[in-house]
Amino acid sequence: MVWRPTLPTKDSARLDVRKTYKLYVGGAFPRSESGRSYVVNNARGKFLANASQASRKDARDAVVAARKAFGGWSGKTAYNRGQVLYRIAEVMEGRHEQFSAEVAAAEGLSISKARAVVDAAIDRWVWYAGWADKLAQVVGSSNPVAGPYFDFSLPEATGVVAVLAPQDSSLLGLTSVIAPAIVSGNTVVAVTSFERPLPAVTLGEVMATSDLPGGVVNILTGSASEIGPWLAGHLDVNAIDLAGVTDPEEATALEVAAAENLKRVRRPVDEDWTESPGLSRLTQYLELKTVWHPIGV
Amino acid sequence: MSRFEYAPAPESRAIVDIKSSYGLFINGAFTEATDGKPFKTVSPASEEVLAEISEAGPADVDKAVKAARKAYDKVWGTMPGRDRAKYLYRIARLIQERSRELAVLESLDNGKPIRESRDVDLPLVAAHFFYYAGWADKLEYAGAGENPQPLGVAAQVIPWNFPLMMLAWKIAPALAAGNTVVLKPAETTPLTALAFAEICQQADLPPGVVNIITGAGRTGQALVEHEGVDKVAFTGSTAVGRAIAKSVAGTDKKVTLELGGKAANIVFEDAPIDQTIEGIVNGIFFNQGHVCCAGSRLLVQESVYDEVLARLKRRMGTLRVGDPLDKNTDIGAINSAEQLARIRELSQVGEDEGAERWSPECELPTQGYWFAPTVFTGVSQAHRIAREEIFGPVLSVLTFRTPAEAVEKANNTPFGLSAGVWTDKGSRILWMADQLRAGVVWANTFNRFDPTSPFGGYKESGYGREGGRHGLEAYLAH
Amino acid sequence: MTTTDTGVDSLADVTSSEDRLRRFLLGLPGVDQVGAEARAATLSTRSIKTTAKAYALDLAIQMIDLTTLEGQDTPGKVRALCSKAKRPDPADPTAPQVAAVCVYPDLVATAKYELRGSGINVASVATAFPSGRSSLAIKVQDTQDAVAAGADEVDMVIDRGAFLSGRYGLVFDEIAAIREAAGDAHLKVILETGELVTYDNVRRASWLAMLAGADFIKTSTGKVSPAATLPVTLVMLEAVRDYHEATGLHIGVKPAGGIRTAKDAIKYLVTVNETAGPDWLDPELFRFGASSLLNDLLMQRTKLATGNYPGPDYFTLD
Repeated sequence: MVWRPTLPTKDSARLDVRKTYKLYVGGAFPRSESGRSYVVNNARGKFLANASQASRKDARDAVVAARKAFGGWSGKTAYNRGQVLYRIAEVMEGRHEQFSAEVAAAEGLSISKARAVVDAAIDRWVWYAGWADKLAQVVGSSNPVAGPYFDFSLPEATGVVAVLAPQDSSLLGLTSVIAPAIVSGNTVVAVTSFERPLPAVTLGEVMATSDLPGGVVNILTGSASEIGPWLAGHLDVNAIDLAGVTDPEEATALEVAAAENLKRVRRPVDEDWTESPGLSRLTQYLELKTVWHPIGV
Repeated sequence: MSRFEYAPAPESRAIVDIKSSYGLFINGAFTEATDGKPFKTVSPASEEVLAEISEAGPADVDKAVKAARKAYDKVWGTMPGRDRAKYLYRIARLIQERSRELAVLESLDNGKPIRESRDVDLPLVAAHFFYYAGWADKLEYAGAGENPQPLGVAAQVIPWNFPLMMLAWKIAPALAAGNTVVLKPAETTPLTALAFAEICQQADLPPGVVNIITGAGRTGQALVEHEGVDKVAFTGSTAVGRAIAKSVAGTDKKVTLELGGKAANIVFEDAPIDQTIEGIVNGIFFNQGHVCCAGSRLLVQESVYDEVLARLKRRMGTLRVGDPLDKNTDIGAINSAEQLARIRELSQVGEDEGAERWSPECELPTQGYWFAPTVFTGVSQAHRIAREEIFGPVLSVLTFRTPAEAVEKANNTPFGLSAGVWTDKGSRILWMADQLRAGVVWANTFNRFDPTSPFGGYKESGYGREGGRHGLEAYLAH
Repeated sequence: MTTTDTGVDSLADVTSSEDRLRRFLLGLPGVDQVGAEARAATLSTRSIKTTAKAYALDLAIQMIDLTTLEGQDTPGKVRALCSKAKRPDPADPTAPQVAAVCVYPDLVATAKYELRGSGINVASVATAFPSGRSSLAIKVQDTQDAVAAGADEVDMVIDRGAFLSGRYGLVFDEIAAIREAAGDAHLKVILETGELVTYDNVRRASWLAMLAGADFIKTSTGKVSPAATLPVTLVMLEAVRDYHEATGLHIGVKPAGGIRTAKDAIKYLVTVNETAGPDWLDPELFRFGASSLLNDLLMQRTKLATGNYPGPDYFTLD
């Protein structure tokens, strides 16, 4: 049952059936429209798989899918979104060994360290799941304006968030940049780590079977340097997380491009993904709406 | 052409497995009571004995509190919030998985219609655990200071009207905050709490974190007054709440009380009429009116009085009273003979004091405890049925002329749990909400509950809030 | 503004001028969307079993306006439909007939001939169905054509553009004119609730149609999504109930489009029963505009009789 692609000790004589790693767009698993793929090796340089290499057109399709999913996802009750995120954690738990093997291979970790990373990734989904119906209670407010008005402020999702995922942390880092965006109702187009993309595809498979509506998260394997500028310049993208951009000049260029439609930009900083994340990423992709209403008989 | 008579559509009882007798759930296991006299729980719809229940005496209470203390000191109080959260999520999922069984059990033991236990109680129970599970690892964000700490052992005493839901309202926030609990369900409705004990076992919850002890007022009193208790949470009558407040005076015990009510449900002339009628019906006949926040005083603007009354009576004529397990039942059985006697007595007082009593034609079963939906018109503020909590399907109708008069009448009560406002005018809703001395104000709806939404009363309806971020505060030291 | 002979004294005043009509319609009590939908959802939880189900299934069959309204309709298609209307289940002669067959005006004669002596009515859509975007003269002519060809019932559409822009008098006059043109035929007035969108509008349009002489108010053409929904039908049933209270007159209600399963149909009957009341559990006062619903009702009917779940191959196409 459990697939262990790269575990060194393999006493079965049976030949593996290998998995094809594809993109995850609009709830489906297409290959890149460009027909391109690239070789993914493990940390020791041994061949693992060919990953689809997403193109700018795949990114364009992914934005369309994310936009289409936005109304439904942001319109769900917070309770419902929380349940879906928790379900992702549940389904990941069932694939724990698979994720551990993939993370170990991708990041060059021992299997026990990889397991700890997967533990943390699952726990992170659980942590964010709980935020769905608490966020408004913590960041919203009722405002005592000086006059006969009831005035309150509520957070709302900003829209489509492009995420250039961390290059190093293939699963925990990816989780840490996707979960805070979608829990509040945003939809995401994520470009994975270029060299370590395989756990992300498996995460897509988990999402596809976790009651997460298609298009809420779209996962593109490939080069952030190639696709990033298209997403940063895309006028139907509302925010961009540059977590995975390592070159400061590239980050600046993306930020400049993103300024065209005043995207909310999260700049890359050195982040320790094992630390408790706090609220900053969560609140980055929120708009605050204030409502005034008169009070009178 | 014959009338459309709905054939009986009973929910199957086969899904529940009721044991002939139950012990006390202490330290993770069912144990025999050491003192106290067993009692029976009956189905109020048929008076059938469902099971024999142990009564926890002082020694049992002591054992339970000690088990909770030990679990608090050794396990739960020191466990990372992340892990407490996972236990609570497990419990939430187990409740979802067993929700049909629990709904049937609730309807059997309590008498409430299966439609309500299935569609209202159980979904809210699971949601409550889900919600507070999510708080367990986020307490520092709850607005209760940077490093909020649990209180210790919580003594929780709950009523019979929403047995499992009241359990959830008590246990979920307590556990999320890191407390351990000893909970006593009402003596007439212990079965779902005992089923919940099994769920704790299925969730591998560490022994002693949740202890369920059964019994009546005496057991509750012993629990509340036990020296090893740090926190008392009670839902029930104002009289008992007052006694508890007195009994903990001079101790360090923190207390929250959710007590009685006599809510005004206020209908203005511009109300969305058909939905208002539904809201009035839901306000007073939901759960046979066994609801502390029931809209038991209907205040109608005089200009629409006739129309509202005519429509209300017509609608009451379609209410289906009968077998709680029939999926088409709207109003089930009164929970106990004692409660039925109280409803009858106060209704008689209403008639004696000159109010006009009306009920639709409805055939009540001969076995069990039943009371037809009833409306009293010509009620004034001085009538006892306008002042005392009847806790049954009995509505008192009063009138008003201006918003100010509506507010005056609504607030003219020692209670202050809830209120309803029906009008299409937004600014008036907010003005009324501003003026009403009640902990929950429903506008163009009634009897809505949600784990995220704080619930609790002003004045003699108690203090403290359950639900929401504020519900955590009741279980945190800060 | 013209007055109609169906206007009753207590409400005659309302239709005496466009201004009064407008004030009356805008003065109707509001409909709270959340509350209305919650009520419909609660009614949907009714569990109709055994004898009650048998009664409901047969009643629902008798309430069907078996409908084909396609550009590709032919006399052959209509003949097949009529044959189905008369003998819904050839394997079971106890299966009742439907209420009517509903077609475009040019196929009324065919339907009329096929249904002769059956007791099944022929209903025709008219008034530039489904959009209603034509002159009054053409709408009247359309109606007269249908009636002349033998239509027993006319299903007209209201001018939604006029309604949404507040020209209630125009909508009223048009309904009244079609009422007259329809002569003795039963007039069903289609509100196209999917285009009116709000329940407040549905309530106003219901009253407007009743005041102007409708025998039936009907939700939808079936060409606009959403078509019939349970909450919309609930609001319309409340309107006919209140109109009856005010005038003593019984107006029918016809949800059309989107009702495909027996389970759905039974939810509507429960809503009729508990809103307008048992008087309306009658093909004279409640209809379903549907086509595929019929076979599902027949399947459930067979299931109830035999205890086995049947398959679609055992029921005839129309």
